Amino acid sequence: MAGLTLRGIGKTFGDTAVLNNIDLDIADGEFLTLVGPSGCGKSTLLRIIAGLESQDRGSVSIGGTSVDHMRPHERRIAMVFQNYALYPHMSVFDNIALPLTMTRLSLFERLPLMRHLSLRRRRVMDEIAREVRVVAEQLRIETFFHRRPGQLSGGQRQRVALGRAMVRHPQAFLMDEPLSNLDAKLRVHMRGELTELHARLGATMVYVTHDQIEAMTMSDRLAVMDHGEILQLGTPADVYELPATIAVAQFIGSPAINLFPARVGSGGQIELLGRTLPIDVRNAPAPELTIGVRPEAMRIGGGPCTITCRLRRRENLGSESILHFDLVASPEVPVLCRIDNGMPIPEGEVTLAFEPRDCHVFDNNGRRIEVESRNAASRDVRRASEVR
Amino acid sequence: MRISATIARPPAPVAVRMRRLVSLALVHAVLISGAVFMLLPFVFMLTSAIKPPGEIFEATFRLWPRQFYGWQNFDSALNTAPLLRFLFNGLVVCGGILVVQLLVAIPCAYALAKLSFPGRPILFSLVLLGLCIPVQAPSLPLYIAFAELGILNTYLSMMLPFFLSVFAIFLFRQFFKSYPDEIIQAARLDGVGEFEIVWRIVVPSAWPAIAAFSIFSVVAHWNDLYWPLIVVSDTKLATPPLGMMYFADSELGSNYGALAAGATIITAPLVVAFLIARRHFIAGITMTGIK
Ligand SMILES: Nc1ncnc2c1ncn2[C@@H]1O[C@H](COP(=O)(O)OP(=O)(O)OP(=O)(O)O)[C@@H](O)[C@H]1O
Ligand SMILES: [Mg+2]
Repeated sequence: MAGLTLRGIGKTFGDTAVLNNIDLDIADGEFLTLVGPSGCGKSTLLRIIAGLESQDRGSVSIGGTSVDHMRPHERRIAMVFQNYALYPHMSVFDNIALPLTMTRLSLFERLPLMRHLSLRRRRVMDEIAREVRVVAEQLRIETFFHRRPGQLSGGQRQRVALGRAMVRHPQAFLMDEPLSNLDAKLRVHMRGELTELHARLGATMVYVTHDQIEAMTMSDRLAVMDHGEILQLGTPADVYELPATIAVAQFIGSPAINLFPARVGSGGQIELLGRTLPIDVRNAPAPELTIGVRPEAMRIGGGPCTITCRLRRRENLGSESILHFDLVASPEVPVLCRIDNGMPIPEGEVTLAFEPRDCHVFDNNGRRIEVESRNAASRDVRRASEVR
Repeated sequence: MRISATIARPPAPVAVRMRRLVSLALVHAVLISGAVFMLLPFVFMLTSAIKPPGEIFEATFRLWPRQFYGWQNFDSALNTAPLLRFLFNGLVVCGGILVVQLLVAIPCAYALAKLSFPGRPILFSLVLLGLCIPVQAPSLPLYIAFAELGILNTYLSMMLPFFLSVFAIFLFRQFFKSYPDEIIQAARLDGVGEFEIVWRIVVPSAWPAIAAFSIFSVVAHWNDLYWPLIVVSDTKLATPPLGMMYFADSELGSNYGALAAGATIITAPLVVAFLIARRHFIAGITMTGIK
């Protein structure tokens, strides 16, 4: 196992810049998740780390040594693909054994007929079979060793793909949306297995996903990407609690964060829809602001910060409901609120309240503004308890 | 299941059903007449091969002769001309051509489909251009070159011009294009070199295309008269059609029954091969969209 270092990675396809100046340090044994909207360059970044694609600028190091001149297999990195990319004509056993046979047998010993002439081959193959079996037992796939990938279910194929990655004892694992082809239940199961696997192997993993829950629950750190840049890098709790930009705030958290246009009022406090909120924003670079409040921080009732809305519809999720409101003052602004079922569902015009400390304030460029140290401190306390 | 389906479907009005039936009958009539037209020479060959000389040109055509003369015809065909020798020559030439074509075209097609290197678009346009040039065009320079090299009248001279098949490169390139990139990338990560990716990873999925191309290639070269006629004058090296030509000219000029028997013998291997490979062949054609 080894850490990864990316310095100033840039990549352009034709005229479009897909990656701009990516810097990333991934510690040995860390589980780093890459999230971001479709087409933002996550897969391209993984392929560059693996050496399947060459970067235009910058360098990649693994375990402290530059690997820019190395071919993919020399980097000793394993990759798990979204559609598994198993070899369709080979048995499960051969799929998993292939990386080992490629490195341990000579070309002569791999040839179809010649290989029977080699005495050494037999011994090496026995050794390989033992190692494959060890991996297969960990993943519980030894019962279908002789089947082809086409005869396996999605979850089983996923495990075979993992086995093929694990058997080489790579320096790091790269996983490109490995669970996205599975159904919801299996995904939850495999999520647990992957987390356990990470703990057991102590492996460095770079994981791409579109799934909020995977990103929040599995990772040590989270990198939110957009337009070929890393917008924010931090622990999942950090990114959720202190989103650095509006784009990050919108991307992390489901249902998505509520955003309201606001401005700096006369007393240096936030003015939202004509009401003044007790939040000091004198350090804002421009008077236009955006306020973000998460749906789970909204509640029905009064308080220092309130907005008036009208209920449009309700989504019942079983234990809780998502209420969809429109702002009365400007009906084109949607407002989401998450409440426990059992609470009375309001009718007509409703007053929604939130705490000042749950307010995320962004400037006219969409960047976060740190407001009032008292709020930040209370947030830090909360964050610390959540991490634990 | 079937019963409920038939019950559930409302009965079509009689007029609609009649129209459907008539159009179906019409379509089949056209197709059947086309098939008969194509098959007729073949049937004529088969029946002639078992008829005595007197019956072949009788005014009324009958499928089965009054007097079965098959043994005699096949006997004289096999004994007068070295038919087995011709078949063997055909096998050597077609087999040699096919093997080298596959060995050359598959890596080329893979490179054009899956590797990126400067000049790839130009190379591919050259391949397309090559498709447009008939074999007859370069035959004179080729003949002169072979004469200079002193390889006229050899197996090699019959095979050499066809070793590089642009059609095969084109066909396999289209087929490989749709092969998933991820599998190739996974193979690269597993340490499989590009040549082994071609032969161990990609080719095992390409059997339908290989079968389809093999049929095209073998049929074309088995039936080719033009090129062997140019470079070979030795009867011992003659391929089946060339041999049949010599045989028709000299020994059995007017023994049409024996000629038909000979023709039957030299077409039989192809028909048998097609029947064996039929499933792959059709799968390959539908997959590559080539007719
Ligand atoms: N080989 C290529 N040639 C040209 N453009 C490419 C190539 N590969 C990727 N791109 C472009 O690069 C951009 C980033 O692609 P990439 O696959 O890295 O996105 P992604 O973040 O993985 O998206 P997704 O979440 O949908 O998988 C896309 O706009 C894509 O069209
Ligand atoms: Mg992707």
